[in-house]
Amino acid sequence: MLDKIGIAKRIAKEVKDGYYVNLGIGIPTLVANFVREDINVEFQSENGVLGMGPFPFEGDEDADIINAGKQTITTLPGASFFDSTTSFGMIRGKHVDLTILGAMEVADNGDIANWKIPGKMVKGMGGAMDLVASAENIIVAMMHTNKAGVSKLLKKCTLPLTGVGCVKKIVTNLAVLEVTPQGFKLLERAPGVSVEDIKLATEGNLLIDGDIPEMMI
Amino acid sequence: MIKKTVHNVEAALEGVQDGMTFMLGGFGLCGIPENAIAELVRLGITNITCISNNAGVDDFGLGLLLQHHQIKKMISSYVGENDEFERQMLSGELEVELTPQGTLAEKCRAAQAGFPAFYTPAGYGTEVAEGKEVREFNGKMHVLEYAYEADFSFVKAWKGDEAGNLIFKGTARNFNPSMCGAARITVAEVEELLPAGSLDPNEIHIPGIFVQRIFQGEHFEKRIEQRTTRTRN
Repeated sequence: MLDKIGIAKRIAKEVKDGYYVNLGIGIPTLVANFVREDINVEFQSENGVLGMGPFPFEGDEDADIINAGKQTITTLPGASFFDSTTSFGMIRGKHVDLTILGAMEVADNGDIANWKIPGKMVKGMGGAMDLVASAENIIVAMMHTNKAGVSKLLKKCTLPLTGVGCVKKIVTNLAVLEVTPQGFKLLERAPGVSVEDIKLATEGNLLIDGDIPEMMI
Repeated sequence: MIKKTVHNVEAALEGVQDGMTFMLGGFGLCGIPENAIAELVRLGITNITCISNNAGVDDFGLGLLLQHHQIKKMISSYVGENDEFERQMLSGELEVELTPQGTLAEKCRAAQAGFPAFYTPAGYGTEVAEGKEVREFNGKMHVLEYAYEADFSFVKAWKGDEAGNLIFKGTARNFNPSMCGAARITVAEVEELLPAGSLDPNEIHIPGIFVQRIFQGEHFEKRIEQRTTRTRN
Protein backbone atom coordinates (compact mmCIF):
# COMPACT_ATOMS: atom_id res chain seq x y z
CA MET A 1 0.00 0.00 0.00
CA LEU A 2 1.24 3.50 -0.77
CA ASP A 3 1.27 6.56 1.44
CA LYS A 4 0.71 10.09 0.08
CA ILE A 5 4.37 10.40 -0.89
CA GLY A 6 4.14 7.08 -2.75
CA ILE A 7 1.09 8.28 -4.70
CA ALA A 8 2.95 11.49 -5.61
CA LYS A 9 6.01 9.49 -6.72
CA ARG A 10 3.91 7.24 -8.97
CA ILE A 11 2.10 10.20 -10.54
CA ALA A 12 5.42 11.96 -11.14
CA LYS A 13 6.17 9.22 -13.69
CA GLU A 14 3.23 10.48 -15.78
CA VAL A 15 4.89 13.86 -16.20
CA LYS A 16 6.67 13.95 -19.56
CA ASP A 17 9.34 16.16 -21.10
CA GLY A 18 7.89 19.43 -22.44
CA TYR A 19 4.72 19.31 -20.34
CA TYR A 20 3.00 22.32 -18.80
CA VAL A 21 1.40 20.94 -15.63
CA ASN A 22 -1.22 22.27 -13.22
CA LEU A 23 -1.06 20.78 -9.73
CA GLY A 24 -3.96 20.92 -7.31
CA ILE A 25 -3.72 21.33 -3.55
CA GLY A 26 -2.71 18.37 -1.33
CA ILE A 27 -1.05 15.23 -2.75
CA PRO A 28 -0.78 16.81 -6.25
CA THR A 29 1.47 19.58 -4.88
CA LEU A 30 3.94 16.91 -3.71
CA VAL A 31 4.31 15.58 -7.28
CA ALA A 32 6.65 18.47 -8.18
CA ASN A 33 9.26 17.07 -5.77
CA PHE A 34 9.57 13.78 -7.64
CA VAL A 35 9.63 14.75 -11.31
CA ARG A 36 12.77 13.47 -13.11
CA GLU A 37 15.48 16.09 -13.17
CA ASP A 38 16.56 15.34 -16.74
CA ILE A 39 13.27 16.55 -18.29
CA ASN A 40 11.93 20.06 -18.81
CA VAL A 41 8.57 20.74 -17.22
CA GLU A 42 6.83 23.98 -16.23
CA PHE A 43 4.33 24.15 -13.39
CA GLN A 44 1.35 26.47 -13.77
CA SER A 45 -0.56 27.84 -10.82
CA GLU A 46 -3.98 29.23 -11.70
CA ASN A 47 -3.54 32.35 -9.57
CA GLY A 48 -1.17 33.58 -12.28
CA VAL A 49 2.28 32.05 -12.55
CA LEU A 50 3.98 29.71 -14.98
CA GLY A 51 7.41 28.36 -14.12
CA MET A 52 6.91 27.88 -10.38
CA GLY A 53 9.98 26.93 -8.38
CA PRO A 54 10.48 25.54 -4.87
CA PHE A 55 9.60 27.30 -1.61
CA PRO A 56 11.85 30.30 -0.88
CA PHE A 57 14.70 30.17 1.60
CA GLU A 58 13.74 31.42 5.03
CA GLY A 59 13.76 35.21 4.96
CA ASP A 60 13.23 35.41 1.19
CA GLU A 61 9.42 35.03 1.29
CA ASP A 62 7.56 37.56 -0.85
CA ALA A 63 3.88 38.19 -0.04
CA ASP A 64 3.34 39.01 -3.73
CA ILE A 65 4.55 35.61 -5.00
CA ILE A 66 2.33 32.72 -3.98
CA ASN A 67 0.77 29.59 -5.48
CA ALA A 68 -2.90 28.62 -5.64
CA GLY A 69 -2.58 27.08 -2.17
CA LYS A 70 -1.57 30.60 -0.94
CA GLN A 71 1.91 29.29 -0.09
CA THR A 72 4.96 31.47 -0.67
CA ILE A 73 6.94 30.20 -3.67
CA THR A 74 9.77 31.17 -5.98
CA THR A 75 9.99 31.31 -9.77
CA LEU A 76 12.49 29.63 -12.08
CA PRO A 77 14.28 31.16 -15.09
CA GLY A 78 11.72 31.50 -17.90
CA ALA A 79 8.82 32.08 -15.51
CA SER A 80 5.99 34.52 -16.18
CA PHE A 81 3.19 36.20 -14.24
CA PHE A 82 -0.24 36.95 -15.69
CA ASP A 83 -3.78 37.85 -14.68
CA SER A 84 -6.57 35.39 -13.86
CA THR A 85 -8.33 35.59 -17.23
CA THR A 86 -5.08 34.78 -19.04
CA SER A 87 -4.46 31.96 -16.59
CA PHE A 88 -7.84 30.38 -17.24
CA GLY A 89 -7.37 31.05 -20.94
CA MET A 90 -4.38 28.70 -20.74
CA ILE A 91 -6.56 26.13 -19.01
CA ARG A 92 -9.77 26.53 -21.05
CA GLY A 93 -7.78 26.81 -24.26
CA LYS A 94 -6.15 23.43 -23.57
CA HIS A 95 -2.61 24.80 -23.46
CA VAL A 96 -1.90 22.98 -20.20
CA ASP A 97 -0.84 19.37 -20.92
CA LEU A 98 -1.58 17.68 -17.62
CA THR A 99 -3.84 18.45 -14.66
CA ILE A 100 -3.40 16.58 -11.38
CA LEU A 101 -6.00 17.07 -8.68
CA GLY A 102 -7.52 15.47 -5.61
CA ALA A 103 -11.06 14.13 -5.30
CA MET A 104 -13.62 13.02 -2.74
CA GLU A 105 -15.33 10.68 -5.22
CA VAL A 106 -14.81 9.50 -8.80
CA ALA A 107 -17.41 7.55 -10.78
CA ASP A 108 -16.61 4.82 -13.31
CA ASN A 109 -17.82 7.11 -16.13
CA GLY A 110 -15.21 9.74 -15.21
CA ASP A 111 -17.46 12.05 -13.14
CA ILE A 112 -15.66 13.76 -10.25
CA ALA A 113 -16.82 15.34 -6.98
CA ASN A 114 -14.39 17.35 -4.89
CA TRP A 115 -15.83 20.67 -3.74
CA LYS A 116 -18.74 20.30 -1.40
CA ILE A 117 -20.29 18.05 1.25
CA PRO A 118 -23.86 19.37 1.62
CA GLY A 119 -24.55 20.66 5.13
CA LYS A 120 -21.01 19.97 6.31
CA MET A 121 -18.26 21.48 4.26
CA VAL A 122 -18.48 24.13 1.58
CA LYS A 123 -15.14 25.60 0.67
CA GLY A 124 -15.94 26.19 -2.98
CA MET A 125 -14.70 24.82 -6.26
CA GLY A 126 -11.91 27.33 -6.81
CA GLY A 127 -10.52 26.59 -10.25
CA ALA A 128 -11.40 22.88 -10.21
CA MET A 129 -14.56 23.17 -12.36
CA ASP A 130 -12.70 25.15 -15.03
CA LEU A 131 -9.81 22.67 -14.97
CA VAL A 132 -11.87 19.49 -15.24
CA ALA A 133 -14.22 20.92 -17.89
CA SER A 134 -11.39 21.72 -20.28
CA ALA A 135 -8.29 19.64 -19.53
CA GLU A 136 -7.88 16.60 -21.76
CA ASN A 137 -5.41 14.82 -19.51
CA ILE A 138 -6.66 14.66 -15.92
CA ILE A 139 -5.13 12.43 -13.25
CA VAL A 140 -6.80 12.15 -9.87
CA ALA A 141 -4.65 11.56 -6.78
CA MET A 142 -6.56 10.21 -3.80
CA MET A 143 -6.97 7.47 -1.23
CA HIS A 144 -8.95 4.50 -2.54
CA THR A 145 -11.40 4.58 0.38
CA ASN A 146 -12.49 7.26 2.86
CA LYS A 147 -11.67 7.25 6.58
CA ALA A 148 -14.67 5.01 7.25
CA GLY A 149 -13.34 2.49 4.71
CA VAL A 150 -16.00 3.28 2.10
CA SER A 151 -14.92 3.20 -1.54
CA LYS A 152 -14.30 6.53 -3.29
CA LEU A 153 -14.40 4.81 -6.71
CA LEU A 154 -18.11 4.55 -7.35
CA LYS A 155 -20.73 3.62 -9.92
CA LYS A 156 -22.20 7.09 -9.41
CA CYS A 157 -20.98 10.03 -7.32
CA THR A 158 -23.13 10.81 -4.28
CA LEU A 159 -21.69 14.31 -3.68
CA PRO A 160 -22.33 17.40 -5.86
CA LEU A 161 -20.30 17.06 -9.05
CA THR A 162 -17.32 19.15 -10.08
CA GLY A 163 -17.36 17.86 -13.65
CA VAL A 164 -18.84 15.13 -15.81
CA GLY A 165 -17.01 12.38 -17.69
CA CYS A 166 -13.62 14.05 -17.40
CA VAL A 167 -11.25 11.92 -15.30
CA LYS A 168 -8.85 9.82 -17.38
CA LYS A 169 -6.63 8.17 -14.78
CA ILE A 170 -6.65 7.61 -11.03
CA VAL A 171 -3.70 6.85 -8.76
CA THR A 172 -4.65 5.70 -5.26
CA ASN A 173 -2.84 4.11 -2.33
CA LEU A 174 -3.89 0.73 -3.79
CA ALA A 175 -3.83 0.99 -7.58
CA VAL A 176 -3.48 2.81 -10.89
CA LEU A 177 -6.71 2.75 -12.87
CA GLU A 178 -7.82 4.11 -16.22
CA VAL A 179 -11.36 5.32 -16.86
CA THR A 180 -12.75 3.51 -19.91
CA PRO A 181 -16.26 3.39 -21.45
CA GLN A 182 -16.71 0.08 -19.56
CA GLY A 183 -15.54 1.40 -16.19
CA PHE A 184 -12.34 1.47 -14.13
CA LYS A 185 -9.66 -0.60 -15.87
CA LEU A 186 -7.09 -1.85 -13.37
CA LEU A 187 -3.59 -1.11 -14.69
CA GLU A 188 -1.26 -1.60 -11.73
CA ARG A 189 -1.32 -2.77 -8.11
CA ALA A 190 0.51 -0.97 -5.29
CA PRO A 191 3.28 -2.99 -3.66
CA GLY A 192 1.85 -5.67 -1.37
CA VAL A 193 -1.72 -5.15 -2.58
CA SER A 194 -3.66 -7.98 -4.25
CA VAL A 195 -6.23 -7.74 -7.03
CA GLU A 196 -8.71 -9.08 -4.47
CA ASP A 197 -7.94 -6.16 -2.09
CA ILE A 198 -8.61 -3.71 -4.93
CA LYS A 199 -11.86 -5.44 -5.89
CA LEU A 200 -13.08 -5.18 -2.30
CA ALA A 201 -12.22 -1.48 -2.11
CA THR A 202 -13.85 -0.54 -5.46
CA GLU A 203 -17.60 -0.02 -5.65
CA GLY A 204 -17.67 1.06 -9.31
CA ASN A 205 -17.33 -1.32 -12.25
CA LEU A 206 -13.81 -2.76 -12.22
CA LEU A 207 -12.24 -4.38 -15.30
CA ILE A 208 -9.45 -6.85 -14.68
CA ASP A 209 -7.73 -8.10 -17.79
CA GLY A 210 -4.98 -10.70 -17.37
CA ASP A 211 -2.10 -10.38 -14.92
CA ILE A 212 -1.97 -6.99 -13.18
CA PRO A 213 1.64 -5.87 -12.65
CA GLU A 214 2.89 -4.26 -9.46
CA MET A 215 3.72 -0.55 -9.71
CA MET A 216 7.30 0.50 -10.29
CA ILE A 217 8.12 3.51 -8.17
CA MET B 1 -3.15 63.94 -19.68
CA ILE B 2 -6.35 63.26 -17.80
CA LYS B 3 -5.57 63.29 -14.13
CA LYS B 4 -7.04 60.53 -11.96
CA THR B 5 -5.33 61.18 -8.65
CA VAL B 6 -7.29 61.72 -5.46
CA HIS B 7 -5.59 62.71 -2.23
CA ASN B 8 -6.58 59.93 0.08
CA VAL B 9 -8.74 56.89 0.63
CA GLU B 10 -11.68 59.00 1.88
CA ALA B 11 -11.83 60.85 -1.43
CA ALA B 12 -11.29 57.63 -3.35
CA LEU B 13 -14.36 56.01 -1.81
CA GLU B 14 -16.67 58.99 -2.10
CA GLY B 15 -20.12 57.84 -3.15
CA VAL B 16 -20.11 54.32 -1.72
CA GLN B 17 -23.46 53.48 -0.17
CA ASP B 18 -25.38 50.76 1.60
CA GLY B 19 -26.63 48.03 -0.73
CA MET B 20 -24.03 48.54 -3.46
CA THR B 21 -22.13 45.85 -5.35
CA PHE B 22 -18.33 45.95 -5.24
CA MET B 23 -15.62 44.06 -7.08
CA LEU B 24 -12.47 43.54 -5.05
CA GLY B 25 -9.21 42.25 -6.50
CA GLY B 26 -6.92 39.73 -4.85
CA PHE B 27 -6.27 36.02 -4.52
CA GLY B 28 -6.30 34.94 -0.90
CA LEU B 29 -4.65 37.91 0.82
CA CYS B 30 -2.34 38.54 -2.14
CA GLY B 31 -3.03 41.75 -4.04
CA ILE B 32 -6.08 42.81 -2.05
CA PRO B 33 -7.11 46.50 -1.80
CA GLU B 34 -6.25 46.74 1.90
CA ASN B 35 -6.78 50.47 2.20
CA ALA B 36 -10.20 50.46 0.54
CA ILE B 37 -11.33 47.58 2.75
CA ALA B 38 -10.19 49.41 5.90
CA GLU B 39 -12.14 52.49 4.77
CA LEU B 40 -15.28 50.42 4.04
CA VAL B 41 -15.03 49.08 7.60
CA ARG B 42 -14.63 52.63 8.95
CA LEU B 43 -17.59 53.93 6.93
CA GLY B 44 -19.70 51.09 8.30
CA ILE B 45 -21.82 50.74 5.18
CA THR B 46 -23.90 47.58 5.13
CA ASN B 47 -25.89 45.25 2.90
CA ILE B 48 -23.13 45.12 0.36
CA THR B 49 -22.51 42.48 -2.28
CA CYS B 50 -18.84 41.62 -2.84
CA ILE B 51 -17.46 39.98 -5.95
CA SER B 52 -14.08 38.64 -4.90
CA ASN B 53 -12.35 35.31 -5.48
CA ASN B 54 -11.93 34.72 -1.75
CA ALA B 55 -13.29 36.18 1.47
CA GLY B 56 -10.07 36.88 3.34
CA VAL B 57 -9.28 35.31 6.69
CA ASP B 58 -11.06 35.86 10.00
CA ASP B 59 -9.17 39.02 10.94
CA PHE B 60 -7.87 40.39 7.64
CA GLY B 61 -9.04 41.27 4.16
CA LEU B 62 -12.75 40.83 3.51
CA GLY B 63 -12.92 38.91 6.79
CA LEU B 64 -12.99 42.34 8.46
CA LEU B 65 -16.20 43.29 6.63
CA LEU B 66 -17.70 39.90 7.53
CA GLN B 67 -16.81 40.39 11.19
CA HIS B 68 -18.83 43.61 11.17
CA HIS B 69 -21.74 41.98 9.31
CA GLN B 70 -21.47 44.50 6.48
CA ILE B 71 -21.71 41.93 3.70
CA LYS B 72 -25.10 40.68 2.52
CA LYS B 73 -23.82 38.52 -0.31
CA MET B 74 -20.47 37.11 -1.40
CA ILE B 75 -19.71 36.00 -4.94
CA SER B 76 -16.53 33.92 -4.78
CA SER B 77 -14.90 30.72 -6.00
CA TYR B 78 -13.25 29.58 -2.79
CA VAL B 79 -14.12 30.50 0.77
CA GLY B 80 -12.02 28.14 2.90
CA GLU B 81 -9.61 29.58 5.46
CA ASN B 82 -12.35 31.65 7.07
CA ASP B 83 -14.34 30.20 10.00
CA GLU B 84 -16.60 33.23 10.43
CA PHE B 85 -17.50 33.05 6.76
CA GLU B 86 -18.41 29.37 7.02
CA ARG B 87 -20.45 30.04 10.16
CA GLN B 88 -22.43 32.91 8.55
CA MET B 89 -22.98 30.88 5.40
CA LEU B 90 -24.18 27.70 7.12
CA SER B 91 -26.47 29.72 9.45
CA GLY B 92 -27.99 31.52 6.45
CA GLU B 93 -26.94 35.04 7.58
CA LEU B 94 -24.79 35.40 4.50
CA GLU B 95 -25.88 34.75 0.95
CA VAL B 96 -23.15 33.03 -1.07
CA GLU B 97 -22.87 32.49 -4.80
CA LEU B 98 -20.01 30.10 -5.54
CA THR B 99 -18.69 30.48 -9.08
CA PRO B 100 -15.87 28.62 -10.85
CA GLN B 101 -12.72 30.73 -10.66
CA GLY B 102 -12.16 31.10 -14.40
CA THR B 103 -15.81 31.99 -14.89
CA LEU B 104 -15.63 34.60 -12.14
CA ALA B 105 -12.59 36.21 -13.76
CA GLU B 106 -14.23 36.17 -17.19
CA LYS B 107 -17.51 37.67 -15.88
CA CYS B 108 -15.40 40.62 -14.69
CA ARG B 109 -13.51 40.87 -17.96
CA ALA B 110 -16.77 40.64 -19.93
CA ALA B 111 -18.06 43.65 -17.99
CA GLN B 112 -14.79 45.49 -18.70
CA ALA B 113 -14.80 44.64 -22.40
CA GLY B 114 -18.50 45.14 -23.16
CA PHE B 115 -19.59 41.53 -23.64
CA PRO B 116 -23.03 40.92 -22.12
CA ALA B 117 -22.44 37.18 -21.76
CA PHE B 118 -20.28 34.28 -22.90
CA TYR B 119 -20.29 30.48 -23.06
CA THR B 120 -17.91 28.37 -21.00
CA PRO B 121 -17.62 24.61 -20.50
CA ALA B 122 -16.90 25.09 -16.76
CA GLY B 123 -19.63 23.81 -14.48
CA TYR B 124 -21.67 22.00 -17.15
CA GLY B 125 -23.56 19.10 -15.57
CA THR B 126 -23.05 20.48 -12.04
CA GLU B 127 -25.30 22.52 -9.73
CA VAL B 128 -23.51 25.67 -10.91
CA ALA B 129 -25.27 25.27 -14.28
CA GLU B 130 -28.74 24.73 -12.83
CA GLY B 131 -31.29 27.03 -14.46
CA LYS B 132 -28.75 28.41 -16.94
CA GLU B 133 -28.89 28.22 -20.71
CA VAL B 134 -26.64 25.55 -22.19
CA ARG B 135 -25.50 25.09 -25.76
CA GLU B 136 -23.37 22.65 -27.71
CA PHE B 137 -20.34 23.88 -29.62
CA ASN B 138 -18.08 21.43 -31.48
CA GLY B 139 -19.65 18.46 -29.74
CA LYS B 140 -19.14 19.87 -26.24
CA MET B 141 -21.68 21.39 -23.87
CA HIS B 142 -21.25 24.95 -22.59
CA VAL B 143 -23.03 27.14 -20.04
CA LEU B 144 -24.11 30.74 -20.69
CA GLU B 145 -22.69 33.12 -18.09
CA TYR B 146 -23.49 36.85 -17.83
CA ALA B 147 -21.15 39.79 -17.26
CA TYR B 148 -21.22 41.20 -13.72
CA GLU B 149 -22.69 44.58 -12.94
CA ALA B 150 -21.02 46.46 -10.13
CA ASP B 151 -20.97 49.98 -8.68
CA PHE B 152 -17.31 50.13 -7.66
CA SER B 153 -14.19 48.11 -8.43
CA PHE B 154 -11.46 48.26 -5.80
CA VAL B 155 -8.11 47.12 -7.14
CA LYS B 156 -4.56 47.12 -5.88
CA ALA B 157 -1.49 47.66 -8.04
CA TRP B 158 2.23 47.97 -7.39
CA LYS B 159 2.94 51.18 -9.28
CA GLY B 160 0.66 53.70 -10.86
CA ASP B 161 0.82 57.18 -12.30
CA GLU B 162 -1.35 60.30 -12.25
CA ALA B 163 -3.02 59.19 -15.48
CA GLY B 164 -4.27 56.01 -13.80
CA ASN B 165 -1.89 53.66 -15.60
CA LEU B 166 -1.14 50.57 -13.54
CA ILE B 167 1.64 48.00 -13.15
CA PHE B 168 1.14 44.92 -11.00
CA LYS B 169 3.72 42.78 -9.24
CA GLY B 170 4.04 38.99 -9.15
CA THR B 171 0.90 37.01 -8.43
CA ALA B 172 -0.64 40.09 -6.78
CA ARG B 173 -1.90 40.79 -10.32
CA ASN B 174 -4.54 37.99 -10.28
CA PHE B 175 -8.10 39.41 -10.62
CA ASN B 176 -7.10 43.08 -10.39
CA PRO B 177 -6.61 43.83 -14.13
CA SER B 178 -9.93 42.22 -15.16
CA MET B 179 -11.82 44.26 -12.57
CA CYS B 180 -10.48 47.60 -13.88
CA GLY B 181 -13.21 49.33 -15.85
CA ALA B 182 -15.64 46.52 -15.00
CA ALA B 183 -17.68 48.65 -12.57
CA ARG B 184 -19.14 52.15 -12.87
CA ILE B 185 -16.18 53.54 -10.91
CA THR B 186 -12.77 51.87 -10.58
CA VAL B 187 -10.63 52.87 -7.63
CA ALA B 188 -6.98 51.82 -7.74
CA GLU B 189 -4.73 51.91 -4.70
CA VAL B 190 -1.02 51.66 -5.41
CA GLU B 191 2.13 51.21 -3.36
CA GLU B 192 3.87 53.90 -5.35
CA LEU B 193 2.12 56.75 -7.15
CA LEU B 194 4.32 58.49 -9.72
CA PRO B 195 4.05 61.59 -11.92
CA ALA B 196 2.81 60.99 -15.48
CA GLY B 197 5.77 60.15 -17.69
CA SER B 198 7.60 58.14 -15.01
CA LEU B 199 6.35 54.79 -16.21
CA ASP B 200 7.45 53.34 -19.55
CA PRO B 201 4.29 53.08 -21.74
CA ASN B 202 5.60 49.69 -22.92
CA GLU B 203 5.40 48.32 -19.39
CA ILE B 204 1.84 49.38 -18.50
CA HIS B 205 -0.47 46.45 -17.65
CA ILE B 206 -3.70 48.46 -17.40
CA PRO B 207 -4.15 51.77 -19.25
CA GLY B 208 -5.57 54.66 -17.25
CA ILE B 209 -8.80 54.77 -19.28
CA PHE B 210 -10.05 51.86 -17.12
CA VAL B 211 -9.38 53.73 -13.86
CA GLN B 212 -11.36 56.69 -12.48
CA ARG B 213 -9.56 57.30 -9.19
CA ILE B 214 -6.03 56.46 -8.08
CA PHE B 215 -4.30 57.03 -4.74
CA GLN B 216 -1.23 55.90 -2.91
CA GLY B 217 -2.20 53.57 -0.08
CA GLU B 218 -1.09 54.80 3.32
CA HIS B 219 -0.32 51.37 4.67
CA PHE B 220 0.12 47.93 3.13
CA GLU B 221 0.49 45.09 5.60
CA LYS B 222 0.71 42.46 2.80
CA ARG B 223 0.07 39.63 5.19
CA ILE B 224 1.25 36.14 4.15
CA GLU B 225 -1.40 33.46 4.47
CA GLN B 226 0.82 30.34 4.24
CA ARG B 227 4.45 31.06 4.95
CA THR B 228 6.29 28.13 3.37
CA THR B 229 10.08 28.04 3.19
CA ARG B 230 13.00 25.65 2.79
CA THR B 231 16.14 25.72 4.87
CA ARG B 232 19.47 26.82 3.43
CA ASN B 233 22.21 24.15 3.00
